[in-house]
Amino acid sequence: MTASLEIACPTPLVGHESSVVLAHGEGGRLARRLIRDRILPRLANPYLLAQGDSAALPRAEGPLAFTTDGYVVTPLFFPGGDIGTLAVCGTLNDLAVAGAKPLWLSIALIIEEGLPLETLERVLERVAAASEAAGVPVVTGDTKVVPRGAADGLFITTAGVGELIEPIPPGPAALQPGDEILVSGPLGQHGVAVLTCRERLAFDPAPRSDVASLVNAVATLRAAGVPVRAFRDCTRGGLAAVLHEWADACGQTLAIEDELLPVTEVVRGVCELLGLDPVYIAGEGVMAVAVPAGCTATALAALREVPESVQAVRVGEVRQRSAAAVLVWRASGREVPLDEPLAEALPRIC
Amino acid sequence: MKFVDEYRDADRTRGLIADIQRLATRRWTIMEVCGGQTHSLLRHGLDTALAQRVELIHGPGCPVCVTSAEAIDFALDMARRPDVAVLSFGDMLRVPGARGSLLQARAAGADVRLAYSPLDAVTVAQHTPEKQIVFFAVGFETTAPATALAVKRAAALRLKNFTLLAAHVRVLPAMELLCDAPDCRVQGFLAAGHVCAVLGYEDYAPFVERRRLPVVVAGFEPVDLLLALRECVRQLEAGEAAVTNCYCRGVRAAGNHQARAHIAAVYEPCDRDWRGIGVVPAGGFALRQEYAAFDARRRFARELPMLPASAECRAGEVLTGRLKPTDCAHFGKRCTPETPLGAPMVSAEGACAAYHRYAGNPVYVLRDPV
Repeated sequence: MTASLEIACPTPLVGHESSVVLAHGEGGRLARRLIRDRILPRLANPYLLAQGDSAALPRAEGPLAFTTDGYVVTPLFFPGGDIGTLAVCGTLNDLAVAGAKPLWLSIALIIEEGLPLETLERVLERVAAASEAAGVPVVTGDTKVVPRGAADGLFITTAGVGELIEPIPPGPAALQPGDEILVSGPLGQHGVAVLTCRERLAFDPAPRSDVASLVNAVATLRAAGVPVRAFRDCTRGGLAAVLHEWADACGQTLAIEDELLPVTEVVRGVCELLGLDPVYIAGEGVMAVAVPAGCTATALAALREVPESVQAVRVGEVRQRSAAAVLVWRASGREVPLDEPLAEALPRIC
Repeated sequence: MKFVDEYRDADRTRGLIADIQRLATRRWTIMEVCGGQTHSLLRHGLDTALAQRVELIHGPGCPVCVTSAEAIDFALDMARRPDVAVLSFGDMLRVPGARGSLLQARAAGADVRLAYSPLDAVTVAQHTPEKQIVFFAVGFETTAPATALAVKRAAALRLKNFTLLAAHVRVLPAMELLCDAPDCRVQGFLAAGHVCAVLGYEDYAPFVERRRLPVVVAGFEPVDLLLALRECVRQLEAGEAAVTNCYCRGVRAAGNHQARAHIAAVYEPCDRDWRGIGVVPAGGFALRQEYAAFDARRRFARELPMLPASAECRAGEVLTGRLKPTDCAHFGKRCTPETPLGAPMVSAEGACAAYHRYAGNPVYVLRDPV
């Protein structure tokens, strides 16, 4: 039993670690080193470098928008994106579609013990790149480490503050018969990319996520003077979820056409094979926009000036409420109700 | 997209609907056997377009709907053991047995995993020697070749921790059983295209001869389904009854030789209890004696009390075409996809789910009546 008396010394860990250990989250020297050496240099800005418990920020002029979202994607890196880009762009998009100009971000990392530090650094590089590209700094943050098995590699929560810019879109309750529905690009790309990558389904070419900031697309549209009724990014539940939410909010019927929906060949191929419908699948760089009748051409021309929304198209319209909340005109020549997504779509059996 | 777009073409669809309406001098009752076809018919609104000339009744071809509650409960009991992981196809995980679904068991801590291919389960078994991997093999003759291949692979690798819970079902015996019922109204069948891609359609010849009912092999796109319906109506009007293939791009007369060989090597027909229908003679596949070592029921032998199906769910009548989902008193009220009383409201191929999704909620709006 003598072996059990040997007590391992914890100090050798310091300076030699290649993956995250619990001590990295416990506020001691390792935690400070993690923040000082690996996080701050990548996300550096005056607010963050002050290292206060809160970021002290200047007063904004108009009313503010404030949002938060958690990101739990597996795998952390997938074709076309990664959890870091997603955590920044997702929150920027939530601000943009509310009609706000994003100003500041916060980030909270929940790291599973054992995550390679190199992976963490790569994610932080992506966070930094997305934040820099948008010109929106990460001004405060937090790091926690949980025991192995208590998380799946890395969870990220970001929050964002933005300044609401007049005219603030009135939102989906203002949709009226005759309004037109546009989408900013192809549907379902993120969901299909993550699914095929996670499940190692070999498709050639591999589907790529569309994760991107929609801030410029929204700004261009507003600069063109289009009186947008509502914006909404088509994330979980896809376009179908947005249409159902909007139909509920305005009490009208939203009608789209199958053949107008932008879907890439690769996403379509995956969906046909697995029995999925792109209209229910998440994108992370695509939004639905409702505009009054007569504004469609201007709106589309504006959207197409921005790389993220160069494939913007009209997909349908708002009508007087009929029997169904959302209708879809099938290519086969019939118009049928489009069901609301219930839960995660599962591949069919045969 | 090739092989898809041309079979969803609006002009061809309209033309075929008009053909059928012209051909039919009365209203015929035709059963599409496969749940995938049911969903496609409703998704594209073909049932209402043809309603005056063809009554479509929906067959039992939803594999997870007919998988017995007893088999699901067996899988649940396996999954709850700490040394076992149960893998199956996505849809199967949602369907409740008598004591809940596999997804509910997963939420409660059981090791339940979604598999895209039965061969993946063999790979999992190779990499997880400390666990018993049970693959819950459901489906018609469409999925049986792949699960047979998995068993062969496991045997070649001499895996000691891979077993199969075989719950496969066979289409033709169920069609025979339906036709034996004295109240059967079916006048013609659309045969399930994917099953025929594996088995071919020569086996239907004696059935057609005996029953004097047309059997038309059908695909899944609107044009496929309408081509098959037109042929079925043509035969009925002419008083003919033959096996005809209207899914030529996917189906050959003798089927897929390799796939058939895998099935024959690993499985043999057995009587099987179909949920809502009862025991179908020769209605399932069981592992052959040579592969008994891979039979989960043998490895984890136990007796389970047979639990009665929910008295409120009329799945049996739906699955045999006697009850239209919307005519059930519980449809859309107590029974919805969120709170299903039975499997047909759960599965992506269940008839009740199809009506709830495409038609029952609530009525059709026709922009351009054909």
